[in-house]
Amino acid sequence: MSTTTRTPQKLRTRKPITVGAVAKNLSALVIAVVFVFPVYWMFSSSLKPQHEIMTKDPIFVFTPTLDNYTTATGVDLFWTYVQNSLTVTIGAVLLALLVALAASFAIARMKFKGRKGIVLIVMMAQMAPWEVMVIAMYMISRENDMLNSIPMLTLIYFVMVLPFTIWTLRGFIAAVPVELEEAAQIDGCTRGQAFRKVIFPLLAPGLMSTSLFGFITAWNEFAMILMLNKDKESQTLTLWLTQFQTAFGSDWGATMAASTLFALPVLIVFLFLQRKAVGGMTAGAVKG
Amino acid sequence: MTVDSQGTATAGPQDAPGRAAGKSQTPPPPSGTKEVLQPSRGRRSLPSGLLPYLLVAPALLSMAVLLLYPLIRNVILSFQQLNRKEFITRETVWTGFDNYTKLLGDSHFWSVTIRSIVFTALNVALIMLIGTCIGLLLNRLGKKMRLVLSLSLMFAWAMPIVASVTVFRWLFDEQFGVANWVMRTLGFSGYDQHNWFETGFSTLVIILILLVWGSVPFVALNMYAGLTTVGTELYEAAKMDGASGWRTFWAVVFPNLKSFFMITTFLEIIWIFKAFAQVYAMNQGGPDRGSETLPVFAYIEGVGQFHYGVAAAISILTIVMLIAVMSFYFRLILKQEEEL
Repeated sequence: MSTTTRTPQKLRTRKPITVGAVAKNLSALVIAVVFVFPVYWMFSSSLKPQHEIMTKDPIFVFTPTLDNYTTATGVDLFWTYVQNSLTVTIGAVLLALLVALAASFAIARMKFKGRKGIVLIVMMAQMAPWEVMVIAMYMISRENDMLNSIPMLTLIYFVMVLPFTIWTLRGFIAAVPVELEEAAQIDGCTRGQAFRKVIFPLLAPGLMSTSLFGFITAWNEFAMILMLNKDKESQTLTLWLTQFQTAFGSDWGATMAASTLFALPVLIVFLFLQRKAVGGMTAGAVKG
Repeated sequence: MTVDSQGTATAGPQDAPGRAAGKSQTPPPPSGTKEVLQPSRGRRSLPSGLLPYLLVAPALLSMAVLLLYPLIRNVILSFQQLNRKEFITRETVWTGFDNYTKLLGDSHFWSVTIRSIVFTALNVALIMLIGTCIGLLLNRLGKKMRLVLSLSLMFAWAMPIVASVTVFRWLFDEQFGVANWVMRTLGFSGYDQHNWFETGFSTLVIILILLVWGSVPFVALNMYAGLTTVGTELYEAAKMDGASGWRTFWAVVFPNLKSFFMITTFLEIIWIFKAFAQVYAMNQGGPDRGSETLPVFAYIEGVGQFHYGVAAAISILTIVMLIAVMSFYFRLILKQEEEL
């Protein structure tokens, strides 16, 4: 097997440089630049001094400054928004993990009437059009005095990430061989102990990546918070960022600093996740 | 939306081995005879029949309260008159199908609907085309260049929606935006202080660019991941038989990735059609309500115009259209599940 895969690669490296290869690499480079440019431009604008942003022709070389970040974080209630965002996202993800772990264990490992139906429900719930349900959600929250409420938002985000969490964890649990669990039970573990001591540790990478994806979803959410939390005190960074633009008008440096602050956690999580998710995936596949 | 996409994206391929494994371990469950089939499960401390339901109950309950109930409420609201007066006095005024008949006879509703459909179609066509091309390109690149390109795609993919909308507003700024500079540098005139958000149409074009930019990485990277599973032997065989690149694509790549194409296309249709943050945050549906798509139309009709009943009816009609698309999607997914 290994020899057959190696030979074509060897041949490929010996290939002389052709017009096709140049065109290929050149177009890849152009595409890469186009796709990364907005992100790069956000970073670079956020580090530019004011007078180098307000130019007709963009400046590419400049001395970086953190002034814009001081402006952005100096906004009234900035730390309240940070706190709200973290509370809502982390609360929703933890709650979803807990509830999903139980549900996905049942779906992946047990046989019961209606299992298929539940799988179907989870699948459909994953496609729920939350963006178009804001009106009803607003009325419900209003009736129950839950407008401008952080707990309500946490609950909504929890249900938003729940189906996906169940769906993914189900895959991860199914990938842990039943034999391991049975071996533990033969050795005298109860079913609960077998889960805690055998399956749970093996699930760690899966739990990690699943929760990070949930975090990204909740961090990104916009329609609900726009509709439900109009009070300044109860807003999150998402809403803060869209209003920053209106509040600061043409201070694009500070606006870009705000965008960077908002995007940074997700960018880091995502790059980190890419490896983690793949690692968890292959580990599961090899062991299964 | 992007994040959703990440989620489902990884769920699919990631899940596959596990799903297959789970299936092989559990032959189709006949309802009553669990104990006989699974002697090893005898140690369970709770009554065997109840435990799975107890484990599933919290999840089902929370989805019922915060997902199913709001959906039902949405239907109920769409049969009520809920304007400023009723909103303040909190009365319930039933109007039957009035909201629907009003909407269906309203030319604004139809123009928004057609706009949403055309906008979605254009978006999805571009996303699939560009995404597939980049996916194919990724597959043929050397190691280093592939890393550079996928890293760049990853950045575009990971950008939070609201942040990317803000950046695009800056890129297309009237006074100091890079877009105007690029146009000037390319030699176009009239881009000294061009207002890119002057009309609803031009605003939608910017939103289209944003959506394509944000969605292509998902298609491209998954396409590439799919291509690596096709197996080099098939390519080699096609090459030996003297097939051209085009021919290889249609004869070898496409049949193998057909279900991937279909599923991704439907997913993109659903995501683009219900995209709210990108459209609303870009220009609040303006100027002059000219860049509203259906979800934004519903929001503005409710919050901006104080016609909550009509807004609920719009969302129901939108959901009906989405369900029509989703039914195709679910059929595809279930078919794939059976094949596994």
